[in-house]
Parts: sequence; structure tokens; C-alpha cells
Amino acid sequence: MTEQKITLSVNGQSYTRMIEPRLLLSDFLRQEIGLTGTHVGCEHGVCGACTVVLDGRSARSCLTLAIQAEGTEIETIEGLGNVDKLGRVQEAFRQHHGLQCGFCTPGFIMAITDMLRHHPLETDDQIREALSGNICRCTGYEHIVNAVRELAKERGPLK
Amino acid sequence: MSHNDHSVELRPKLVGERVKRTEDPRFLTGVGRYVDDMSPAGMLHVALRRSDQPHARIIGIDVGEAFSVPGVVAIYDASDLDKDVKPAIPTSRMPGYYATPIWPLARGKVRYVGEPVVAIVAESRYAAEDALEHINIEYEPLPFAIRQVDAVKDDAPLLHEEAGTNTIIRREFKRGDVDTAFENAPVTVKGRFRMTRKTAVAMENRSYLAEWDQRKQSLTLHTSSGSPGIIRDVLSGCLDLPGTRLRVIAPDVGGSFGAKGSLYSEEMLVCILARKLARPVKYVSDRLEDLSGTSQAFDELIEAELAVTQDGTLIGLRADVIGDVGAYSIYPWTAALETVQVVSFLPGPYRMEHYRGRIRGVLTPKPPTGPYRGVGRPSSTFAMERLIEMAARKIGMDPVEFRRRNLVRAEEFPYRTASGIIWDKSAFQECLQGACDFVDYPNLVRERDAARKAGRWVGIGLASYAELTGIGSRISVAPGMPINTGTETSRIEIDATGAITAAFGLSSHGQGLETTLAQVIVDELGCKLEDIEVKHGDSSLVPMSSGTYASRSAVLGGGAATLAARVVKAKVLRAAAYLMEQSIEDLDIYDGIIASRNSNQTLTLKEVASAVYTQMGRIPRDQREDLTASETYDPYLGTACSSTHLTMVEVDTETYGVRILRYVVAEDCGKIINPMIVDGQVHGAVAQGIGAALLEEIVHDDQGQVVTASLADYLVPVATSVPNIGIVHIEADLPNNVGGFRGMGEGGTIGAPAAVANAVSDALSHLGVSVETLPVTPERIFQMLRDTNTPRSANST
Repeated sequence: MTEQKITLSVNGQSYTRMIEPRLLLSDFLRQEIGLTGTHVGCEHGVCGACTVVLDGRSARSCLTLAIQAEGTEIETIEGLGNVDKLGRVQEAFRQHHGLQCGFCTPGFIMAITDMLRHHPLETDDQIREALSGNICRCTGYEHIVNAVRELAKERGPLK
Repeated sequence: MSHNDHSVELRPKLVGERVKRTEDPRFLTGVGRYVDDMSPAGMLHVALRRSDQPHARIIGIDVGEAFSVPGVVAIYDASDLDKDVKPAIPTSRMPGYYATPIWPLARGKVRYVGEPVVAIVAESRYAAEDALEHINIEYEPLPFAIRQVDAVKDDAPLLHEEAGTNTIIRREFKRGDVDTAFENAPVTVKGRFRMTRKTAVAMENRSYLAEWDQRKQSLTLHTSSGSPGIIRDVLSGCLDLPGTRLRVIAPDVGGSFGAKGSLYSEEMLVCILARKLARPVKYVSDRLEDLSGTSQAFDELIEAELAVTQDGTLIGLRADVIGDVGAYSIYPWTAALETVQVVSFLPGPYRMEHYRGRIRGVLTPKPPTGPYRGVGRPSSTFAMERLIEMAARKIGMDPVEFRRRNLVRAEEFPYRTASGIIWDKSAFQECLQGACDFVDYPNLVRERDAARKAGRWVGIGLASYAELTGIGSRISVAPGMPINTGTETSRIEIDATGAITAAFGLSSHGQGLETTLAQVIVDELGCKLEDIEVKHGDSSLVPMSSGTYASRSAVLGGGAATLAARVVKAKVLRAAAYLMEQSIEDLDIYDGIIASRNSNQTLTLKEVASAVYTQMGRIPRDQREDLTASETYDPYLGTACSSTHLTMVEVDTETYGVRILRYVVAEDCGKIINPMIVDGQVHGAVAQGIGAALLEEIVHDDQGQVVTASLADYLVPVATSVPNIGIVHIEADLPNNVGGFRGMGEGGTIGAPAAVANAVSDALSHLGVSVETLPVTPERIFQMLRDTNTPRSANST
């Protein structure tokens, strides 16, 4: 298949690669540039494990072709913090035990990063609704809800 | 330690603390390392052509132009691998059992839609999948019986001709004279209960990567398994490789819930291909393959009848169960694991004299069933707890009072159930009371009644159960199975730098064992948490391990860790006593510092380690001993973990959707190592149980095709499907095992389906319906309500 050149920014760093037009963004991130923190859980856009932030809004990287991301700015889990210094959402997940096996966790954290920027998250119902696009099979969600409640409170009302 | 030294007793312990998990930072920052995150140089990818037939003879396989796809390296069917592998045989001592051989690819016949037939190996997964399109398999369709009620018949088409029957498991438990008891019983209730087929849906799909080391002629398999030790042991035979040349590693694993604890064909396949091609070979399941090829769960048809007295005393229970095994008996657990546990646990935590439970496990052309969180007990608890509430309703007794009268009481322990299970020292009555107190049960009943008066369909349901956890060598986890599920080993070493490595064969796939096992070791050894590295999930760490399943790792792993830590501590103290010129009795270690009651002198663990290992001659030759220990723990008996779940639900009068208004779990899991982690396990398991009760169902149509082949069709709970869950921890008389721990990882999945089914039945009781099939979807409620317009066959005598 004819390869095409794309340039995009991931976590503030620019990448240029020759890719097949059919390459999924999730495969691009994981295989082309080695950022394996973005996980693939279903490949049909339901589970949300592959969620990244694309030009400021959360997106399913398994339903996005890499070539569609040409010229965009992408944030992934690796851009939010590191083992020495967790990002704020990551820290809240740790404090509230919002993860067990950790596989869905990057997708949740990226979705929540978006939600905190754009959604009121003032009630538990709103928080659960905001989280309902991501599947976690381990936690039963309660500890994740607790983490988001704290983050939303800390953020205050949306401006 | 002196008996008078109270300061030692008062020191804070880590067991019981909400210690933040040490494994979290890597998961939270995207640097966990799951199998699919590994890409060794030269790695090849496998895509599988799977059967689209439920039962058919393979007449011919035409690869067509598959090799013309750039990047395709090799294509194999079963005949190409004959010389490379011996089948895995899931043997069992169960009488009348047939062990279906497990091969990497289908040989001669296919037996379910989704069974792997042809493997394509290519430079990329994209190329391998492109080549799949070119493969043409000619089948001769064979007759089949897709439902267990048909497959069990004498004239049903045989799935495995060698077995001579589809019924490969038969077991009966009985006590007393159940038929006479029923003849004389004043009150009986009965039902035909079915938990439909489920699947685990671990968020990480099954993933395998095999690397062949040409230089050492050795193989390393990285697998998303919960039981790397079992996989090593079986593959050693299949591949004819000794353990020294075969290493099986479960790195970070994204959930299992039992389903990743069995041997899979693809696991065998990547090993064979890596050796054949002398290159790393990876296979990663996609979700479609997961929903049609990973082991599935439950699917028993339970006809059960309960006899009680007018004053609410259980007299007897009889049950006839047909279990739908699927196409193969799974390795190593066998088809007996799920099926036999249904009838062995059916009498539940209740006092009962007369019992007969029969199971027939039947082969059907569907994916094999295997372990899934709760194993057997979600089905048995659902049936029994429905019967309990049906009986209570029939005699007009409150279901709480009914349970209180029949749950085994503390003074009756140890209590031998009708099927031979021993319940001992577990808070059966206290859990029931704890759940009721938490919700203020009398007030909740008033709330429900008020809501009903207002025209709402609101109901309350309970489920009480007990399970055996942390099972030792006295009984096998799966009846008749020849592998050892009764022991685990811990190897603890303090090295020359004073750092502590604690190695286990267990595997953590969400349980947080790196944290909890370290907590146990800190308390026993007196070291600092940050000085310990817990290693797990690697067959090379200990001689034998069967892994993490059946709520065993806290009991067996924690027990082994305790024993090994005690030995190491004794060695540290002997060395320190010599170095400090103190008697051992006066020394103790806390926070990594050895101190004496009789002097201000202290030594750090690091200093002792240095003296032992590095400072030649510092300790006399005949007294010097390495600061290491390897200990194996066998709890012999299992421990009873018990719980009561209580929920209030509302059924929407128009959509028939079920909403959970209240949920509480009161449970006794013995001494709690980390309450934060226990709470998380309860939440997660209850969510899965709610999924089983309301949403989840693998559906095969009459042609054997799975019609729930995506996560848009197989529905698992999302954040809006589950409520906040109240948890009451009850620590009763601790079990007689090292540490006093009970297993608790599975419980929620056992109690929730029954409690929700009871609550929905209660909510619909005025309409004359009773929930007997799960999930109780809006469609099923619609059907039940429609059917009540036509006379139902008598549900009770």
C-alpha cells in the first residue's frame, strides 16, 4: 500500500513518519513512536481504553486513522506525568485506588482530563455519565468516581 | 522478644493499613508492560483463520494467493505441526470423564465457531490479516446439538466420537433420604434456574509472545496468564522442553477474572512457531476473538426444589443440573470445575439434613467454559437464594428471619454440608445482621412499601452465601484434577546491599499483590516497605506454582511469605546477636533497624547484610548463614469466606429497566491486609455480578454463531450501571491458617446475581412473576409479564 507522510505533535513533540493510510492512530502511537501507554481494548470504539486527547478533546485512537491526525496536537498518558512525579489526575487515581489491573486506566485518565476541562461534573450522576464511555472491569467505578469528585471540587465551577 | 516488652506489641503494623499501591505509578503513567507492549527485534505476528462452522469436518484448506501478500512468512494448519507438539490432556479422576485433547489448531474437525484452524505468520498483523482473506477452507457440515438439553440426549450427534457420549461429567452428592423428606414436607417450592453464558471481558485481550533462543535452545513465553507456572509445566510436556529451557512469564496482566488461568491453543501455537521459525512470534487476540474464543462461564440449567416446614426450617433440597461445557474440557481445570461446584455448593451456608444434587456436564459446539470469578457458586447461589426467598414468601415469613433461622450458627461450627464441604468459623449470622443494620432493614422495608403504594415497582433482595477460599492440599480446586493447587512458595532474600527480594510464583493481574504481600513481609520481618521488591508471575522464580485464582493468593501467598520472612528474620537476628554481642531474645527488628532491649546499640539491616556477605570473616565460618529462605505453605483445609448482600431495586414500569437504589455487602474475609484493596475488590466483583444479573449474556443462535460478538452487544456495566456500594467488614473468629486471612476476590460476583434477582422478583411480586433466568433484561421482564396473562404451570406444590 502506498505510504504517505504525516506530521503531528504528540505530547509537545513533533513526529514525521511515512505510514499506510489505513494505519490506526492507536497503532501509530504504540508501534511507530513507541508510546505503549495508550492501550487497545476492543478496536471498535466501545471500551475507551485507547482514549487520547486530540486537539483538546478526547478521541478514540482505535477509531481514528493516523492520517486523520495529520497536523493535530495529541496528548497521551505519557504526557501527563511520570513515575517520579505523577500528574494531578494520576495522583488522584492513586490516592483513591481508582485502578487495579491498570489496563483501562490511561483511557480513563485521558477522558477525565478532557471532562475536567469541559464538563461541569458537579454531581455524582454527572460524573458517572461522563465516565460511562469507558469500561473498567476491575474497580466497579466507585473509587474512580471518588477521584473525579475530588478533582472536580478542586477545579471549581467551569468558567 | 520479651513478653513484658509492650512497646513491641504497640508498634504500628502495615497489615490492616490502607497502604497506597506500589505498582500504581507505572500503570498511571503508561509505562506498565503488558505483553503487547513488547516488540523484540525480528518479531513476527500471527493472525488466525477461525472456524465459521459449529461442527464440521475439514475437507481441504486452500491458501490461494495468501503468499502473494507482502510480509507473509508462513502459513500453517494442524497437519504442519504434528511433529512439533503433543496435545495437552486435561486429565481427571472423575469416573466416566473424557479428557478432550487440546491442540494448537483444529485437527480433522472443528467444534465451535471461533476455533483456530489456520495460522498465518507475517511481518505485521496488518499483513497477516490481509492474507487471511485468501484462505479458503472447505467444510463438510456435521449435525450438532447447540443446546445442552438436546446435546444430553442419547441420540444427539457426538462432538468427540472417541468419548462415545456428550455427557463427559456426571456427579451426584447426597445425604439423608431426600425423596421421603419431600413426600412428607408441608411446604415445597421449585424453579428452573439458569444463569446464561457469560464471559470475563478482561480489558486486556489475551496476548502471547514467544521467543526462541537459538544459542541456548530455550524458549521464553510472555503470556497474559494468571497461572504462568501451570502453563510452564504443561508446555514442558507438549513441547518436550525441561523447565531449564522453558520460562513462562506473566508480566503486567490486564485482568483475568479466571478466564486467563487456563491453557489456550494460541499459547501453544506461538511457542511452536517461535521454535520453528527461530524468531519471536506474537499473537494478540482482538475483542471479537475474545468474545468467541476465550473460555466462557456458567450456563447451567438447574432444576431445583426446596422443602421447608411451616415455621421456616429447611428440610431438604434436590436438584438436577445440566451444565453446558462447550466443545472442550479446559486445561487444567477440566469440565468438572464449574459444573461440579454448582452441586457441591448448592446447599449454601444453611443447615440442612437431606440433599441430593446431580450434575451432568455436556459437550456442545460452543467455546469451552472455564473458570470465571466465582466458579459454580454464582449459579448455585442464584438458585438456592431464589428458593429461599420463594419459600419465605410462601409461608409468609420475612426473608431475613427465614435466613436467620437456617444459617449455620457459630456454635455449630465446624459444620459439614450435605455435599461434604466443611464450614468453619465464619460470620454467617453476623454478616446477615451486619447488612440489615447497615441499611436499617425495617426502615428500608417501610420505604419500599411506601414506594409501592405510590405505584413504583420497588423490591428488596438478599443473598447469603459462603465460599471456600485459600484451599490447601486436602482437596483439589477442581475435583479429580491432577495438578497441585494446595501449595505456594515464597523465596525471600536479603542481598549484600540490604535490599530484600520476595519472589512468588503467584501472578498479580489487578489484585495489588506487590503491595499486599510486601505489607505482610514488613510486619513479619521488621523491614521497610520500600526496601522490598515483590517479584511474581515468572515460572523461574520458584520450583512450582499454580498461580492466582480461586481467591487463594492472600491465603497461600501471604502464608508462604509469613513463613519465609520468619526464617529470614531469625537468621538476621542470629547474625545481629553475634555482631552486637547480645542474646537473640533481647533483639528485635523494626523499620529495618535491629535494636536491643538492653543497650542503645543498633544495627541496620543493611549493616547486618554487609557483615554477613561482604565483610569476609566478620562472622565466624560456622555461624555465617545467607539471609535467605524459601518456604512453601499448604493451608491444608480451605477457609470459609461468607457474606450477605442486600439490595433495593426499582423496575421502571414502562421501560422495564432495572435501577439499583441501594446496595450493601457485609462480608467476613478474616484479617484484612489492605482495606482499600479489599473494598476495591468488592466493588469490582459486585459490578460484575450486577452485570451478570442485568446485562451480560453470550448468545449463540441455533446455528451456533455467537451473536454477541462485540462490546456493543455483550454489555458489561459502565459507571452509570452500578451504584455506590456500602461495605461492612466483619472480622469473626479468625481461620486456623498462617496469617488468619480468608480469600475474598470472588465474593461479589457470587452474591450479586442472586440478590438482584431476588430484589427484582420482589419488585414484581404483585404481578405474579419470579426471576429464574439471568440476566433479567427489560426484554425478559416484558416476556414474563406477557406470559402471566396465560396460565403458568404450577411453580410449586
